[in-house]
Amino acid sequence: MDFNDTPEEAAFRKEVRAWLDANATRKIDDKASFRARNDDPELLTKAKAWQDKKAKAGYARITWPKEYGGRGGSPILQVIYQQEEANYLVPLGFFDIGLGMCIPTMMAYAAPEHLKRYVKPALHGDEVWCQLFSEPAAGSDVAGIRTKAERDGDGWVINGQKVWTSGAHYSDYGIIITRTDPSVPKHQGLTMFFLSMKAPGVEVRPIKQMSGGANFNEVFFTNVRIPDSQRLGNVGEGWKAALTTLMNERLAVGMPSGGLDVDELMELARDTDLEDGPAIRNQQVRSKIADWYVQQQGLKLTRYRTLTALSKGQTPGPESSIIKIVAAPKMQDMGAFAMELMGPGGIMKEEVPHAAGFQAQWIGGAGFRIAGGTDEILRNIVAERVLGMPADVRVDKDVPFNKLKG
Amino acid sequence: MNFDFSDDQKLLKEQVRKFLTDKCPTKVVRRVLDGNETHADEVWKGLVELGVPATGIPEEYGGLGLSPLELCVIAEEMGRAAAPVPFDTSVVLATEALKLAGSDAQKRKWLSELAAGKAIGTLAIAEGPQPPKPRGIRTTFGGGRLNGKKLPVADGEAATFAVVLANTGGQGDRAVSLVLIDLTQAAVSKKRVETIDPARKHAELTFKDAAAELLGAEGEGWRTLERLYDAAAVYFAFAQVGGAEAAMWMARDYALQRQAFGRAIGSYQAIKHKLADCYVKLELARSNAYYGAMMLTDGGADLPLAAAAARIAATDAYDFASKENIQTHGGIGFTWEADTQFHYRRARVMALALGGPMAWKDKLVSRLEQKNAA
Repeated sequence: MDFNDTPEEAAFRKEVRAWLDANATRKIDDKASFRARNDDPELLTKAKAWQDKKAKAGYARITWPKEYGGRGGSPILQVIYQQEEANYLVPLGFFDIGLGMCIPTMMAYAAPEHLKRYVKPALHGDEVWCQLFSEPAAGSDVAGIRTKAERDGDGWVINGQKVWTSGAHYSDYGIIITRTDPSVPKHQGLTMFFLSMKAPGVEVRPIKQMSGGANFNEVFFTNVRIPDSQRLGNVGEGWKAALTTLMNERLAVGMPSGGLDVDELMELARDTDLEDGPAIRNQQVRSKIADWYVQQQGLKLTRYRTLTALSKGQTPGPESSIIKIVAAPKMQDMGAFAMELMGPGGIMKEEVPHAAGFQAQWIGGAGFRIAGGTDEILRNIVAERVLGMPADVRVDKDVPFNKLKG
Repeated sequence: MNFDFSDDQKLLKEQVRKFLTDKCPTKVVRRVLDGNETHADEVWKGLVELGVPATGIPEEYGGLGLSPLELCVIAEEMGRAAAPVPFDTSVVLATEALKLAGSDAQKRKWLSELAAGKAIGTLAIAEGPQPPKPRGIRTTFGGGRLNGKKLPVADGEAATFAVVLANTGGQGDRAVSLVLIDLTQAAVSKKRVETIDPARKHAELTFKDAAAELLGAEGEGWRTLERLYDAAAVYFAFAQVGGAEAAMWMARDYALQRQAFGRAIGSYQAIKHKLADCYVKLELARSNAYYGAMMLTDGGADLPLAAAAARIAATDAYDFASKENIQTHGGIGFTWEADTQFHYRRARVMALALGGPMAWKDKLVSRLEQKNAA
């Protein structure tokens, strides 16, 4: 066993490093870049410029076929690029949904002329995409969406509301799942489209989160007209298309970036005096540190197992499905515990090094346990797909959507 | 990135698994649990024929000279079967103690007998219901004679020799030494001790001026024991992972078949989420155990930390899976007839054998502090 690159991987890593050295600034402190990020109004412009540079050098989407501007490379090379890029001060995060989920769905369903028109600008960061799935009444049960698309001549008219749409406020296009037939059971009456976020009748309102940030939006659709050519997949087969999108979401294998963890908690425990000495000598504190260290290592090493499969060209096992189930509550609980160590003063934001960071993780953890699959839904997924247990009883499965209560 | 076992190692694992499925089904565990035999001797003999005790012993001492990785995959299967044989005592603890601290003559005698299946070894540390510590050991060794009492000693009755922790008169941690003793002599008496796991027999060993010799240098006992426990923690972790996985699937299978309120109980989230948690703990344990195996094989500097993490994660996974397996079964799971008890009992025995999670968590943080200071 070893953590080494194969010769091919090592050569690629060297090439990537040389390119990054020539085009970006290396981080001095691992965690430094994070807080500067959200405060910079120019960030999107900078991110677009960086994306363009990457795309021109062939690093924007390594696993995509060459005809779409990729390299036809294996997933492990994509991971290596991301590992290396994480060591540099570059603006990231604006294109992950578009390139990771929306465009792959387009590749599966859109007409060739649309691919010709949309793939390249997305890859180069000229156009940003968002994914319009969740609704106020359809979160975990996303097939319960109500946004309507009705036929109107040779096009469609969309009315309704989406919510939790990441990046809708700076997006140019989106893929949207709609209900085209309420008279059949919920999974059967759905159809997917793509549309311009600048189309008349589309209104984006940012949602201020509990953490104070506003990365998500509500999106309202009022008589938005789109041509039938923007339909993705057959009418009534939107659920199948949505699964394509969500499957691509699950293929994303990256290392988590930044964040305070066991090292910082230990620093805090060393610097905190309890009645009988430094907190780090307290057995309850040590027990917590040990538990979180075991989780932190367990997650890192579980990723290494997944990467091993990718490196050997195999399909990874289901082990990576544990990652968010463990990471999200850990983030929340460790934040809460770090504050407890500081005593009543632990509520103040800037007095102690890391105080604000741990508080942010305590707040953010509450959202992380919900976003992209709640703790509960993820456990269902493990139970059903890994352990082969039966799906829940679905009382609405065979009932026409317009006959459902609520 | 190559963080996985080789195809050959996976093949070995498959072979051992096949052998145990065939020769050591749960009815064998039950036979030992209910009966008087010290262990399932026919299973043990079969394992000797397969070369299991010889796996990690160097070729010059009659072993197969394979790496710790091979022994790790075997340990996982032993744990899965909850096999009632002296694997963790003889193949792991006694063999590793000899490899760590034995003189050439000691290795020549005992390792070759272990490899050939002629000897069964064990480790005798505890002296009753107090956690062992250097200052509390009352068994004494001096002038080549061992005196005192050890209990509980796993496989004490079946064992032909033991590695014993004894007071040799030094100060602090240096008060104790490891001592090697042939248990077949008249100055050693053995008595069975009833424990929570009758499928793994334990004994009280009494030494009255018994002939014995130092294993390793005088006063080094505690330090050697720490190193021995680090290696053992990794092998135990694999056995615990195997046991946890077996308990998890046993619960899953029952949950698919048992009906309540008009449907399989496995369709209720209360059961699904519980078993999903089993899986999460299992994979955390497996990943930490793999790293322990890697460090053990490479003599990596991270072994003490990796071993502690593997130990904590695997103990947690096995405890959780074994108890929630009973819970998933409901009343039937609490009967003597049910197989659920094997893993529940074994999980607790394994959790305590090298010191429990409380002690290992403290050790882990100390090691983390040392690493960060370095």
